Amino acid sequence: MSFFGLDCFRKEERELERKLRANDREYNLSFRYATNAIKTSKYNLFSFLPLNLFEQFQRIANAYFLFLLVLQVIPQISSLSWFTTVVPLVLVLSVTAAKDATDDINRHRSDNQVNNRKVQVLIDRKLRSEKWMDVQVGDIIKLENNQFVTADLLLLSSSEPLNLVYIETAELDGETNLKVRQALPVTGDLGDDIEKLADFNGEVLCEPPNNRLDRFTGTLAFSGQKYPLDNEKILLRGCTLRNTEWCFGLVLFGGPETKLMQNCGKSTFKRTSIDRLMNVLVLCIFGFLACMCIILAIGNYFWELNKGSQFTVFLPRLDGNSAAFSAFLTFWSYVIILNTVVPISLYVSVEIIRLGNSFYIDWDRKMYFARNDTPAEARTTTLNEELGQIKYVFSDKTGTLTQNIMTFNKCSINGKTYGDVFDYTGQRLEITEHTETVDFSFNPLADPRFMFHDHALVEAVKLENPEVHAFFRLLALCHTVMAEEKKEGELFYQAQSPDEGALVTAARNFGFVFRSRTPDSISIVEMGKQRSYELLAILDFNNVRKRMSIIVRTPEGKLSLYCKGADTIIYERLHQSCSKLMDVTTEHLNEFAGEGLRTLALAYKDLDEEYFEQWKQRHHEASTALDDRGGKLDQLYEEIEKDLLLLGATAIEDKLQDGVPQTIEQLSKADIKIWVLTGDKQETAENIGYSCNLLREEMNEVFIVSGNSHEDVKQELRNARTSMKPDAAENSVFLPESVSGKSVKVMADEVVNGEYGLVINGHSLAYALERSMELEFLKTACMCKAVICCRVTPLQKAQVVELVKKYKQAVTLAIGDGANDVSMIKAAHIGVGISGQEGMQAVLSSDYSFAQFRFLQRLLLVHGRWSYLRMCKFLRYFFYKNFTFTFVHFWYAFFCGFSAQTVYDEWFITLYNLVYTALPVLGMSLFEQDVNDVWSFQHPQLYVPGQLNLYFSKKAFFKCALHSCYSSLVLFFIPYATMQDTVRDDGKDVADYQSFALLTQTCLLFAVTIQLGFEMSYWTAVNTFFVLGSLAMYFAVTFTMYSNGMFLMLPSAFPFIGTARNSLNQPNVWLTIFLTSILCVLPVLTYRFLLIQLCPTINDKVMFKVRQAKASPPPPPRRTRIRRTSSRRSGYAFSHAQGYGDLVTSGRFLRRPAISRSSGFTHAGRTTTGFSPMGRSAGYSPTGRPQNAKVPDVEVMSLQMYRTITDAAL
Amino acid sequence: MGKVKAKSGPLARRPDNSAFKQQRLPALSTMLTANTVLPFFYFLSLISLVLGVWLLLTVQSTQENVLQSGDVFFYYGLRNFHQNLRRYMISRDDGQMVGRKNRLKTPSSYCNPFIKGQNGLPIAPCGAAANSIFNDSFILYYHGSSASLARVPLLRQGLTWYTDKNIKFRNPSTGNMTLAQVFEGTTKPPYWQKPVYERDLLDPNNNGFINDDLIVWMREAAFPNFKKLYGVLHRANTPFTHGLPAGNYSIDISYNFPVQYFHGRKEVVLATLSWFGGQNHFLPVAYLVTSGLILLLAVVLTVVWWKFGKDGRNMEE
Repeated sequence: MSFFGLDCFRKEERELERKLRANDREYNLSFRYATNAIKTSKYNLFSFLPLNLFEQFQRIANAYFLFLLVLQVIPQISSLSWFTTVVPLVLVLSVTAAKDATDDINRHRSDNQVNNRKVQVLIDRKLRSEKWMDVQVGDIIKLENNQFVTADLLLLSSSEPLNLVYIETAELDGETNLKVRQALPVTGDLGDDIEKLADFNGEVLCEPPNNRLDRFTGTLAFSGQKYPLDNEKILLRGCTLRNTEWCFGLVLFGGPETKLMQNCGKSTFKRTSIDRLMNVLVLCIFGFLACMCIILAIGNYFWELNKGSQFTVFLPRLDGNSAAFSAFLTFWSYVIILNTVVPISLYVSVEIIRLGNSFYIDWDRKMYFARNDTPAEARTTTLNEELGQIKYVFSDKTGTLTQNIMTFNKCSINGKTYGDVFDYTGQRLEITEHTETVDFSFNPLADPRFMFHDHALVEAVKLENPEVHAFFRLLALCHTVMAEEKKEGELFYQAQSPDEGALVTAARNFGFVFRSRTPDSISIVEMGKQRSYELLAILDFNNVRKRMSIIVRTPEGKLSLYCKGADTIIYERLHQSCSKLMDVTTEHLNEFAGEGLRTLALAYKDLDEEYFEQWKQRHHEASTALDDRGGKLDQLYEEIEKDLLLLGATAIEDKLQDGVPQTIEQLSKADIKIWVLTGDKQETAENIGYSCNLLREEMNEVFIVSGNSHEDVKQELRNARTSMKPDAAENSVFLPESVSGKSVKVMADEVVNGEYGLVINGHSLAYALERSMELEFLKTACMCKAVICCRVTPLQKAQVVELVKKYKQAVTLAIGDGANDVSMIKAAHIGVGISGQEGMQAVLSSDYSFAQFRFLQRLLLVHGRWSYLRMCKFLRYFFYKNFTFTFVHFWYAFFCGFSAQTVYDEWFITLYNLVYTALPVLGMSLFEQDVNDVWSFQHPQLYVPGQLNLYFSKKAFFKCALHSCYSSLVLFFIPYATMQDTVRDDGKDVADYQSFALLTQTCLLFAVTIQLGFEMSYWTAVNTFFVLGSLAMYFAVTFTMYSNGMFLMLPSAFPFIGTARNSLNQPNVWLTIFLTSILCVLPVLTYRFLLIQLCPTINDKVMFKVRQAKASPPPPPRRTRIRRTSSRRSGYAFSHAQGYGDLVTSGRFLRRPAISRSSGFTHAGRTTTGFSPMGRSAGYSPTGRPQNAKVPDVEVMSLQMYRTITDAAL
Repeated sequence: MGKVKAKSGPLARRPDNSAFKQQRLPALSTMLTANTVLPFFYFLSLISLVLGVWLLLTVQSTQENVLQSGDVFFYYGLRNFHQNLRRYMISRDDGQMVGRKNRLKTPSSYCNPFIKGQNGLPIAPCGAAANSIFNDSFILYYHGSSASLARVPLLRQGLTWYTDKNIKFRNPSTGNMTLAQVFEGTTKPPYWQKPVYERDLLDPNNNGFINDDLIVWMREAAFPNFKKLYGVLHRANTPFTHGLPAGNYSIDISYNFPVQYFHGRKEVVLATLSWFGGQNHFLPVAYLVTSGLILLLAVVLTVVWWKFGKDGRNMEE
């Protein structure tokens, strides 16, 4: 749970705008703004009981039992003693109450801790240490480094140059990178001068409390001037101050009104399909209960008319009640007696089972990732069985399928490739973990984690091959990476995209160490020698240019331009002299691309001093131009980036996570459809699709939809469908538009011959998701084995999930790792977050989390399948045992004048569900497995019955009821026939009511226990203990309840004294028990055996195989990585986000006019942390500033922090 | 979730490798196979057959012997008398009948409407169940070889469960008073002719609440047709030492219990017993029928298995 306690109340009052004045408590108090105290707890000592009970009785089951209790208090109706209902109800209520109480105590504790934190507040012109909860709106507070931000603040001043502060927003959005905030210059001038701050009387007029984390609007009025306020000047509660000595802030929102607390609204409560089915069934059961009671009441009416009136001699009617009134009372009496068809323990048991199965997920070592010490976690404990029914998996790509780790794998320098390892015969070797790596010990600054296998490259570097040196020099210079050197020689790179990081790291290891940068210089260590290059210009990367260049002056004074970019782009700008090298390099590039590597071409040129001066002049003019600045700059860049000389090419591997292809293959064998939704560009996504086995060469066709208009997309989708199913083309002109616009209907799956794949582009997807076309899209997509959507926005991800949810009656799962996946994780039935990486946002909103994509197959095929199996077996058995129990009452009614006499002892009724039958069925639902995990993986088809809802459905429920009906007939009439005219072997009574009750309940218990034995296919010692123990328990409890002592203590509560002793020693009692057991079991056994013989299910088949094999099979052979060797696919390696160029160079303009505090170097070091990237390439701006206005505004829901999706093509 | 373990190091959060947590508990995996189901069916059929035949033989033989030897039990039976109505069954006070002094004078409200008599005194024993006690009495005569009538001696005690007689039903402690004195301040149930302390003036162990007839009656029957033990043949003297000799018998009934109100019937049953209780034809017949049924199913299943499932033919994917 969050440190700040995320369960909180939302304030309902509406405030239109907020007005406050600094340092003026009286003025601010007049608005009655909330103070900074938070309260996330629900109860206090006195309100706990009433409030908690009130909440609990809002649940239908509990309310129903309360209603029963009320009925039982009415003596005319009460057919069961009060304790039969009170005992279970109290048990259930107290368990829940205890859980709620501990939760609330924890919340109290965290509230107290948070409220009592100290912060320095400016009061009466002095800084005073105050508790957080005493801070009020309008106060000025001082924060120090590493302190939590107390409330939502307007940043006034800070210790850092330019009034910058650095904050970490992990509590808010889970991202651990630092962000920058900057105060207004006018308030920044206040500095840390207490007097000045105390005199500050600015008035803020701003938006009312809301939950938008990325937006703030307001104005500050100070000394007659008005200043606009935006999000960049606001520190939100929940952030932590970093790398900033101190700062002062003005409290704008306190406590419950802060954006953090406003954001902790209830997350939507997910329910499983079994839950929904169960609710429907419970309603059906209520109806059925009413029917039974009505029948019995009518029976009572006629009985009272005919026989009852004659019996009044012995049993006078009270107050002359008529038969009709008696029937009315009987109706309610039977409502009480037959209440066990809706057992209160059902819900409790279901929760326990789910909790248990969730614990198994937490405990699973095979879902534990040792590398970053991350176990799997079931964050929701109520969805387990749904894991066994997944039909669609929506997966993110970056960080989910891929590791988001780029490794510098190969390169081509001056027409020679490096990176492959050959054996002595010249055969290329597969690189494995055991392949010998290159020793970089000659270089003290090398990154020890970097691996390279080809020794030739190191040799070339050591031999001072000029091209190789130039190659690495380029890599060390031409980038926007920031270096951080915390200790001498320990370098950390912070790269905007992992590709860049990989390239710079490669250069570092090969002896060209990028060490530090200032806005106008770059220091590198070249083969041990420190050299400083003057940075003259960065020609930054963007989507259109697809390249970046850098112009530097070497220490020797030579001017050079280094350029790297997409091969096609670079090739257009090369000097003719390179044409030969181009051909060779092209060959290499094709080879790299065929292996699924991301390639990049490198080139350079030396510049003429004069030309550059002139160019620089024009550059300056262009960059200050008022109109079309971008266009002019582009033109200038274009001009200087020509006649380049090719150096070579790099090949970077976008590393897949371990086991991804195998997992995808397994899941598709289990008939799970996998859709990849990624922000990447089409080529990259397609490439990954192939390398992770989602798209295959064997596929009949992979359709690509990338139309740019409504009609194009429609046509492309239709074409795809026609080629998949030519005959289906005529039978409809593809759903008339009118149909598709109508309300929800369920779409059936269509069977297609052959395997197809679909790749759809973001802009086409936007059209495809329009109302008029969504069905068309869905139909086509669902006919394909694999679907890849590229360049999708987070919102589109959610839309795709919603679309499938809406029209397909299928369970969906979304898996992702980043903030951009939050929407789909929340939208899907089940959300899975990849944990253990930077950014916890996805995990925080997920239902399950683990560290590796490959664990998904274990989660679904093992845990999910078992959970579903267990839950269904549990429900089937639970309904069976309770129906059987209850129906016996129904039959007895015909013999006892419909007088609502129970068949069993009241204690038995009380304890049946709680004690006698609780543990065996719980044991089954916690331990049951049809086949073990290895076999589950071996036969992924075992998963299919879950998708089809085969184990528990209305039909299965109906079968249960029928079975119960049969059992109850046996259980009533066999004892009836044997007992009604019999006596004990000494002539004494055994046909009395009490003996009959004991006999029937014993028969019942044996019958349901044996039935459980047949349900269970996995007998652990625990199960055996539970089953036998429960039977033993029954006898122990029964003999105790029927003992002399209990009777003498409370004669009226334990009237069954001696019954057990006097009837359980009778042979005919046991003969009856045996007979009923046989007769109850017989049809079940026959039916099941016939089913297995005639139409065995997949489970039967696998279980049979297991029995034949006797031993578990060897683990499935690991498939070697499928490598593509065909057409060239990959283009260039850059992520499609705007580069950092601006930020890198902007230091120049950021610097204070008269800087005295820090030397350039440390300053730069500090600044870099402010720009640290988010560790992923998927196009997020680290500062949260929109970079592309064309992107539709993505709505920010609750805590998620979608930034912009920079996609020029959109 | 789960408790935070005090572990440290790089694998601090690694789950335990216990069989339970990893769901690897050793277990017996059961499945319905022909190897188990078919023999089980045949075996079950055989067992039922044996039991059925045995029970049937027992019943037949005891019936033949009914008048020759062994204990003979004398029952009265009632038909269509609902002792099992809910309101009837709860209309009693076990606390009173176990001899609690305080309950004697203040019977439980469950006894309604038989809590207090017309004179306002509390009824002992209270309630509808006790009030409606069967109060006919029977005398069985044997028309022996001589013309004389011999009264068949019936033991009228020892008809109840030991626990009922000794624990569940107790008279209030008398001290040095008589039983009648103890019951002073109570009144008899309205339908009774004599108060409870005069049920058997001869034997204090059969008087009051511990009267055998009362106890037998108060053990309420589960069904509307029932029989209750009235007496056991006293075999001390000839000609009854070996049970009832063959011959004619007559029964003298003092008719008190009205059955015409509820369209019921009374009956008298003389019976001997077998080792498994009363002469019950149902159990042997049920076992024989079950045995046949199982055998039939077993054959059908065997055929099905032979045709479809032999050697796992049906299990191919």
